[in-house]
Amino acid sequence: MSENVKVAIIGSGPAGLTAAIYTARADLNPIVIEGEPSSTTDQPGGQLMLTTEIENYPGFVEGIMGPELMSSFRSQAQRFGASYDTAKVLRVDLSERPFKLWTTNQSGEEPKYLADSVIISTGARSLLLNLERETELIGHGISTCATCDGFFFRDHEIAVVGGGDSALEEAAFLTKFAKSVTIIHRRHELRASRIMQDRAFANPKISFIWDSTVTELHGDTSLTGITITNRETDKMTELAVTGLFVAIGHSPNTDIFKGQIEMDEVGYIITHDGTATNVPGVFACGDVQDHIYRQAITAAGSGCMAAIDIEKWLKQAEN
Amino acid sequence: MAQNILTLNDFNFDEQLVASDVPVLVDFWAEWCGPCKIIAPILEEIAEQNSGKLAIAKLNVDDAMNTARRFEVMSIPTLILFKDGQPVTRIVGAKPKGQLIADLEVHL
Repeated sequence: MSENVKVAIIGSGPAGLTAAIYTARADLNPIVIEGEPSSTTDQPGGQLMLTTEIENYPGFVEGIMGPELMSSFRSQAQRFGASYDTAKVLRVDLSERPFKLWTTNQSGEEPKYLADSVIISTGARSLLLNLERETELIGHGISTCATCDGFFFRDHEIAVVGGGDSALEEAAFLTKFAKSVTIIHRRHELRASRIMQDRAFANPKISFIWDSTVTELHGDTSLTGITITNRETDKMTELAVTGLFVAIGHSPNTDIFKGQIEMDEVGYIITHDGTATNVPGVFACGDVQDHIYRQAITAAGSGCMAAIDIEKWLKQAEN
Repeated sequence: MAQNILTLNDFNFDEQLVASDVPVLVDFWAEWCGPCKIIAPILEEIAEQNSGKLAIAKLNVDDAMNTARRFEVMSIPTLILFKDGQPVTRIVGAKPKGQLIADLEVHL
């Protein structure tokens, strides 16, 4: 039997959980389909689950740990009546109302949820390099989670790929353990914020290789080195590293909505008039519709907007 | 923490594994690992549902770095299933409960 709900929230990062707090306080009894445990950003709590200290979330003078912040968001929404389903949404049908949602933990063919309205807050996931053997070496030298794996690289020589804030944050974190951290960036300057750049340049353990990409991975059972190619000169060099941390950007988690929700050419959901999508009754918030700001605070802000938008929309739909 | 979950460290690791009549699933974890916290309650459920068939043990890598190194753990959470003191399978990264059970059942 399908369960009827007023509001289904897909995803449980800062955007989804803020939407849950607001819709719960509006007595809309939201169900948050929060995702499944994993070691990538695609998990309950979202990208912040893989971070350590968050220094720029307002209200926390001394900073707060990412997983701790998300656990507080979750409890806060629960306190007002939000409920959780620890599953992933496998398939949606948004062509008619109520909207149909199928999840990974359901039995039978019928959709698990019939929802009057939907908030999409599935966020974005880290991109990989797409190199041969990359996935088999994950957990054996290649990592997508510096906070989970950094500890095991005590006194190792390692590399980080990327030039944005996440790459520099990972590099700085990794210097606590590693002997040296080489940042490999495909351009000649960093995209990261000034404060992160200043810290990285001042850190004696961090060095840079510019205008270059990683083109090959070496090692049988675990990583022993990488080949780096300079994009200007095509010159290839080998670097002996036992750890490689990848932070080259993100891709929105929108595969299940393809063909049903309007998106830009790289898959970010297009919103208008606040958080509305092209389908009335379906709203989107957080990184799934934002490739510019991508902050916990902007995601939370847009989650609040989605909740207010949906409350207004439900009222109008009832009349 | 549930009573039927063992706590292992560098000193008692081998002794505890040998003493067990049933396979032991060792959870290599740490306080600072978000995904580890997510799977902790799942492991408690699995421990409860399989009591008498499977023992579950936790090993904090901060306290037991030598054992983590000995089994070449390079990412956490890592779960290693030991039978008669020997590792038989390894699960790296947090996984949904259904998948964990499926991966383990083959070996029980």
